[in-house]
Amino acid sequence: MTFLRESSIVFRRQIRMNLRNPAWVLIGLLQPVLYLFLFGPLLKPIAAQFDYPNAYTFFVPGLLVQLGIFGAFFAGFSLIGEWRDGVIEAERVTPASRTALLMGRLWRDVLQLFVQALILVGLGYLIGMEAPFWGAVLGIALTLLLGGACAASSNALALTTKSEDTMAPIINMVMMPVLLLSGILLPMTLGPQWLQKVANVMPTKHVVDAVRNSFLGDFTLSALGWGIAWTFILLAVSLWWGTATFRRENA
Amino acid sequence: MITARGLTQTFQSKAGREKTEVVAVDGVDLDVAEGEVVAFLGPNGAGKTTTLRILTTLLRPTAGTATVAGYDVATEAEQVRRSIGYVSQSGSTGSVTRAGEEVVDHGMLYGMSAADARARGRHLFEQLDLEGLWTRQPKAMSGGQRRRLDIVMGLIHEPTLVFLDEPTTGLDPQARANLWQHIADLRERRGATVFLTTHYLDEADALSDRIVIIDHGRIVASDTADNLKAAVAGDLVELEVASVEQVSTAAEKLAALVGEADGVEVDGHQVRGRVRQAGRAVPGLLRDLDRTGVELSSIEVRRPTLDDVFLDLTGRSLREG
Repeated sequence: MTFLRESSIVFRRQIRMNLRNPAWVLIGLLQPVLYLFLFGPLLKPIAAQFDYPNAYTFFVPGLLVQLGIFGAFFAGFSLIGEWRDGVIEAERVTPASRTALLMGRLWRDVLQLFVQALILVGLGYLIGMEAPFWGAVLGIALTLLLGGACAASSNALALTTKSEDTMAPIINMVMMPVLLLSGILLPMTLGPQWLQKVANVMPTKHVVDAVRNSFLGDFTLSALGWGIAWTFILLAVSLWWGTATFRRENA
Repeated sequence: MITARGLTQTFQSKAGREKTEVVAVDGVDLDVAEGEVVAFLGPNGAGKTTTLRILTTLLRPTAGTATVAGYDVATEAEQVRRSIGYVSQSGSTGSVTRAGEEVVDHGMLYGMSAADARARGRHLFEQLDLEGLWTRQPKAMSGGQRRRLDIVMGLIHEPTLVFLDEPTTGLDPQARANLWQHIADLRERRGATVFLTTHYLDEADALSDRIVIIDHGRIVASDTADNLKAAVAGDLVELEVASVEQVSTAAEKLAALVGEADGVEVDGHQVRGRVRQAGRAVPGLLRDLDRTGVELSSIEVRRPTLDDVFLDLTGRSLREG
């Protein structure tokens, strides 16, 4: 049986469960939408300082990456429930490739993220964001790849910890510096030099910069290079971790 | 169907800074022939589930070898998985999915087409008294129904070797009895080889052709239930003597049957000991006691149970384990 078929079977099962319970999809979208409507207007008066045509062209890309990271990082919680129900073990005893068991779930996470991203960007355009079409497409694509990386990591963490109580604080511990140092809410250029240096070490800051630059229509290598590179590095590392965990005998 | 030699599984356990090694399975040798129903009996923590997980390729053994359905569990894991059905003790279905959908998806992971999986699933639902539950969510099923659903999942691809891990744990007596019938049918109707783990003595006794007893990771016995019981030193004879002054006389008489002076236990008015073929020996004992004027309040003769077998082999009761 092919890897593609096995992944599709897992994907179909996962998406069926999501469609029957769309509340979580909407809840995942709620946070960035609330930020967009309740925090976005606060940025309008100061958008000029950032050198952006309008506040939403600055803000929506950040929210997009936030959606990709935060939403995907919680994907593993459902895996813990499935492990507890015996679903993971039942799947691992079939001849299906263990990598396919992970990939089917990642496709579900990425598709869910794609729908949420379309809604968020659509709302952004509606309230006045200015961004070229292909810039938005590239930005969404980078977000999906980063989201895939985060979902893979989340699934690996879930199978390693097998406990929501252990996993939740780990995720919070990782998410806080990511949120504060990636320039999602405000540009790091507003901060002191030392803070900007610290932020430069944060891979997701470069991804946020790349997505923002693509929304500005800046497709130069200097604008996108680091962000694209870090996206693929994070994706490769996360996929390796995720598949290794699924293959591990006592996972 | 199953051959294991020297199977060993050790785990690293960490308590604070101290690392200890836990030997969960310690040099297990196992042979299961085609068509056999074998019960793997032992107390909680004996190594039953760990052994099962090795045989079903969920764990790679630390040492030793095993072949299942002709394939090596370490190097031919995919072929092993294709050949076996596995019913875990923790279940196999999501809570909010629908039973029929879970079965079809599971069958498809074995390479079946959706149509074939659906047809076979519905047939199994009928055979396992799950008619009308195809669209039911597993969380809305009773414990017995959910367990039978797990068995459907394990049989969907028609395996010739089925592993059942504590199949009736947590079920009420009626559901257990019902499930026993279905497990018995696995061999009767399908000719399947069944390897089940259990800590229930009555389950091992009722279902299996042969019982393999494991304790602290080691096999301590492997034989039919009757042979295991016969190997224990006889039936338990319990006398309740009416007068405490006559207890010593009763104990002497019983000791003559037991064949060893310290094989008789005295506890107040109670005198007990194990006698081979008590059915034949007890009438003579009663006549002897009557002749010597020993009056009994009651007498009880009990065939050895599997708990007696376990006690004899390990020095403790399976129920204590």
